[in-house]
Amino acid sequence: MRETFIDTTSAILTEEPRTALVLADISAAAFAPAARRHPDRVLNVGIREQLMIGVAGGLALTGLRPIVHSYATFLVDRAYEQIKLDLDHQGVGAVLVSVGASYDGASMGRTHMSPQDVALLDTLGGWTVHVPGHAGEVTGPLRTAVAGDGAVYLRLSTQTNDRARPGDGSLAVVRPGGAGAPLVVAVGPVLDEVLAAVAGLDVTVAYTNRPRPFDTVGLRALAGTEVVLVEPYLAGTSSRLVDAALADRPHRLLSLGVGREDLHRYGSAADHARWHGLDAAGLRHSISAFLDPA
Amino acid sequence: MRTTTATDRRRIEALLRRLTGDEKHAPSAHSTLDVLQVLYERVLDVDPEHPDDPDRDRFLLSKGHGPAAYYAVLAARGFFPEHWLDDLAGPDSPLGHHPDRLLVPGVEIGSGSLGHGLGLGVGIALGLRAQGLLRPRIFVLLGDAELDEGSNHEAVAYAGATGLASITAIVVDNRSATHGWPGGLASRFTVNGWTGVTVDGRDQDALAAALTGHDNRRPHVVVAVTEPKE
Repeated sequence: MRETFIDTTSAILTEEPRTALVLADISAAAFAPAARRHPDRVLNVGIREQLMIGVAGGLALTGLRPIVHSYATFLVDRAYEQIKLDLDHQGVGAVLVSVGASYDGASMGRTHMSPQDVALLDTLGGWTVHVPGHAGEVTGPLRTAVAGDGAVYLRLSTQTNDRARPGDGSLAVVRPGGAGAPLVVAVGPVLDEVLAAVAGLDVTVAYTNRPRPFDTVGLRALAGTEVVLVEPYLAGTSSRLVDAALADRPHRLLSLGVGREDLHRYGSAADHARWHGLDAAGLRHSISAFLDPA
Repeated sequence: MRTTTATDRRRIEALLRRLTGDEKHAPSAHSTLDVLQVLYERVLDVDPEHPDDPDRDRFLLSKGHGPAAYYAVLAARGFFPEHWLDDLAGPDSPLGHHPDRLLVPGVEIGSGSLGHGLGLGVGIALGLRAQGLLRPRIFVLLGDAELDEGSNHEAVAYAGATGLASITAIVVDNRSATHGWPGGLASRFTVNGWTGVTVDGRDQDALAAALTGHDNRRPHVVVAVTEPKE
């Protein structure tokens, strides 16, 4: 996904003189050719993430369309107040593109993890959030985001599904269940593990790679009484939206995702998926217990 | 530099009293008043009839605290009706204790949380340069206590290292920083490649010279020293 982002952004910078890219050293080497072609619009401020977002706000105030890129934990967590004030409060948007989603950087430890990025942006209003599940789901949202003026977050991951499901971000049925079957919503790169987890269960599996704005119309069309939400970031991030969408119906909701606890462990992303119950076995266990309480 | 007729100081002072309802404090209690008056009367190329002209100079009040002098000067210049001054921070007032750019014509940034203006100013400078708008200057007003915020130092270092010559920072120094700035405020900028000058923040001629004293090769800082905060 990161390579697709770099290639697409480099092309956009050439095609569209309104765009600018702001970096804080991360991926600067990969963007060096683009920086040579567009020295005034590829701006590496050094390891200064507060300035990175401030610069993006200033660029947008002059009418440019900034793309801002770093690790999620530095781009969103560290610069949260700049996102709130230098973008939102000034009435301007930007396209924020992160790598290092949740525990992609597991071996680097907690300092390089950000499972809370989408929840943080949820404290603000009006952000569009894309969570691609495959490299083939990056270019479309990126180009659409750059062509607009709004506030957009593109959350890239090294976790990926086997194949791309680009779509338009609305909930799409991947595996239909029987009439009234429980609905399992998978967001982005957790889909393949979800499909493996529910093998043999009578559930409908639906997919989205654009959790904000959440497709509540599609949700209401597909949901029966039981809904399971599986997200690759903090557990429960979207549960308030699902509950609000189904407020007029009796329903039960299970929200799965990354836990809040700092595990103080390294290992691989697969290890962390297992520890957070997001591998196929863990998901199977949680979903079965929810659907068929003993 | 645009030549303008100096606005009657007494008129600004009357607007200021109208805004604050304060007859006890002299206008000099407003540490930024002289800087703002010089900027808007003698330095900035801005036009209240065209507040969104892309080729205008930009003035960013980073230190959003106590914007009374700012509002009074903007009203005197005709950016908004004087009667707006009568309901400061009321429920329907566009003027609050920190300015909001979406509410007030002529206000370039919403500010109040310290340490945001210089980064935004660097971005505006870069954005104008990328679009070939090389004439406008960007003036960012900060306070000496505001410089405690580390975000300023990210912007100071970057602007100096890249020779971002269209920026002028103005630091109003009323010695309100808790731990002070031993060695002087200007040195924090000049060590990073800025030009810097320290002047009496009540001397309007000295301010006018300092605010136009940039060399067009490096960013410029003007430290305007006023009496210590009460």
